[in-house]
Amino acid sequence: MTRSDLFIGNCYAVSPERATSRFTRVRSVTLKGKPRFADFNLMPPNWGAHFAPWVSATAKAYPWLEKIHLKRMSVTDDDLALLAESFSGFKELVLVCCDGFGTSGLAAVASKCRQLKVLDLIESEVSDDEVDWIMCFPDTETCLESLIFDCVECLVDFDALERLVVRSPSLKKLRLNRFVSIGQLYRLMVRAPQLTHLGTGSFSPSEDVAQGELELDYVSAFAACKSLVCLSGFREIVPDCLPAIYPVCANLTSLNFSYANISAEQLKPIISNCHKLQTFWVLDSICDEGLQAVATTCKELRELRVFPFDPREDIEGPVSEVGLQAISEGCRKLQSILYFCQRMTNAAVIAMSKNCPDLVVFRLCIMGRQRPDHVTGEPMDEGFGAIVMNCKKLTRLAVSGLLTDTAFAYIGKYGKIVRTLSVAFAGDSDMGLKYVLEGCPRLQKLEIRDSPFGDTALLSGLHHYYNMRFLWMSACRLSHQGCQQIAQALPHLVVEVIKHEDTVHTDDYADTLYMYRSLAGRRHDVPKFVSIL
Amino acid sequence: MERSMAYESDLNLKATELRLGLPGSDEPEKPSTTPSVRSNKRASPEISEESRSKGSSCVSSKVESGERDSAPPAKEQVVGWPPIRSYRKNCLRAKKNDQVDGAGMYVKVSVDGAPYLRKIDLQVYKNYPELLETLENMFKLTIGEYSEKEGYNGSDFAPTYEDKDGDWMLVGDVPWDMFISSCKRLRIMKGSEARGLSC
Repeated sequence: MTRSDLFIGNCYAVSPERATSRFTRVRSVTLKGKPRFADFNLMPPNWGAHFAPWVSATAKAYPWLEKIHLKRMSVTDDDLALLAESFSGFKELVLVCCDGFGTSGLAAVASKCRQLKVLDLIESEVSDDEVDWIMCFPDTETCLESLIFDCVECLVDFDALERLVVRSPSLKKLRLNRFVSIGQLYRLMVRAPQLTHLGTGSFSPSEDVAQGELELDYVSAFAACKSLVCLSGFREIVPDCLPAIYPVCANLTSLNFSYANISAEQLKPIISNCHKLQTFWVLDSICDEGLQAVATTCKELRELRVFPFDPREDIEGPVSEVGLQAISEGCRKLQSILYFCQRMTNAAVIAMSKNCPDLVVFRLCIMGRQRPDHVTGEPMDEGFGAIVMNCKKLTRLAVSGLLTDTAFAYIGKYGKIVRTLSVAFAGDSDMGLKYVLEGCPRLQKLEIRDSPFGDTALLSGLHHYYNMRFLWMSACRLSHQGCQQIAQALPHLVVEVIKHEDTVHTDDYADTLYMYRSLAGRRHDVPKFVSIL
Repeated sequence: MERSMAYESDLNLKATELRLGLPGSDEPEKPSTTPSVRSNKRASPEISEESRSKGSSCVSSKVESGERDSAPPAKEQVVGWPPIRSYRKNCLRAKKNDQVDGAGMYVKVSVDGAPYLRKIDLQVYKNYPELLETLENMFKLTIGEYSEKEGYNGSDFAPTYEDKDGDWMLVGDVPWDMFISSCKRLRIMKGSEARGLSC
């Protein structure tokens, strides 16, 4: 069987040598590295997921390689330089939640990959090596179709960027970083009215306001972008500038306001025109009232993410069960939701389970740990139970709030197609985890933190671990012996116990367990704070 | 300088008597927050067990009795909770520092007789002397010293401000913290009107 798109969901599941010798005609490689909880500082730095062995293996095996897509990998400038040297026809580089490289690595890609169509840097950490990588693109016309660099925290030379846009006639997606002012955005927009995806950068005037920056005709610039369907950015938004986007609202299918601290009043005139909106990311600064406005207009909404402006616990939050209820009533086609709040009720969650039968992803984060139903004082068991019971298409679930083992009994009983489950500060006893491991045959990715599940529960999943991509358990009640038993019973599982520098080290307590199936056996790049059992 | 020292201690004396314990005051802050979530420091298992069991025992006993009379005690911050990526946290933290409750930190400053207004960020100043010095430099005038009894007696200029209630007050009358949270704009009065403010 030949395969031209190689997808490796865990870079340690197979060795680069084995993968490249098994699949010979690969044009595109997708690699995922660290587990998701690493995003929240639960993994010490330098744990692994290095791109280096992969770039060198693929450089030898696939000189015709066109596309590399990495998520949560450690990538160095040398890796990027090797990539740029090795693949003459290279077309697409997508780096999501990656780190370890800087602008000098980007410069290598920009200058050497003459066929480059896509350079997408998404939520990655890019160090400022004081190399202006934008200047490194060749002077000739480029093939660029997508240039996404909104996460890059350093200044680029604007004139060079403008010239690049001018000589990139195929450019459709452009997402600027926050160092681009609204006046500069204007100049780029008039050069590229063919854009379909635009990240607006800061969306505020520059510090030393050039005379006339505020007088530019932004409305016309937006109106000229007749193909614009996806808008994001607004990193330092000046709300007075917001009306400029009115001309494109009616066509938008995706709008990302999740860095814009705007109120309900500021949102309403915009959202009331966004009839076609399918994806909406926003800050909770819009309050329940803003969500009600979304619910009124956005009947086609498929994905909603509500992020907290102030991500602390135990404070008054601006969104609550009221907003969730409103969304459930207005947005019946909802498929995916991520909702951060300070208070919630079972009733609202149950309502959503009934009103939104197409839900595939339900992620509710009640930020106060172990918060019960705000009105009844009861655990949130019934709400999450209703979600798994009523949402027949649900494959991804993240739970929060006060949850007893009952919630997990529901998940085990009804969550028959759940693939990804995220648990934090929940459950009463081993039974909780047992219900899930015994009840969810499709479970692939299970991440648990700070929950009272111990060795007995861990052992109850032996029958299933080879079917899973990974299991993460941190700050639970596992012992080394328990983890050892798993390792001995399942030789094709790599069982890593990760020590954190300031947890008390006892032989009995295993603070963080990360285990995954692998054909490669124990990896060779193990840092000293990891023991592989 | 001697004079400004006297000025400062004068205000501080008054400030102590009128102290309301507003944020940013000299009172010790409540130790309600702990290590930043960016550090990799984690509570030891005993501590996290304890806080978890404290939290959950507090909660579960109430659940058993079917009642919920109070919210759980404010918990120590833990690593990685709520689950927001650091990039997003850092972007929004910068915004929060710009934002202020109440009247807002950027205020317009007018001077009687001057044709234009200026805007200043009150957050930048730590106390009255700093603010007044800036105003003096900005508008090239002398305001002089504040005294509780006599205001800016002897000066041709008196700095006043409009507070949240819409009242015009003399700058310096209330503690600094109260001032910055209630000041909506500044007006430097001139001439006889100014001189008359001491009564």
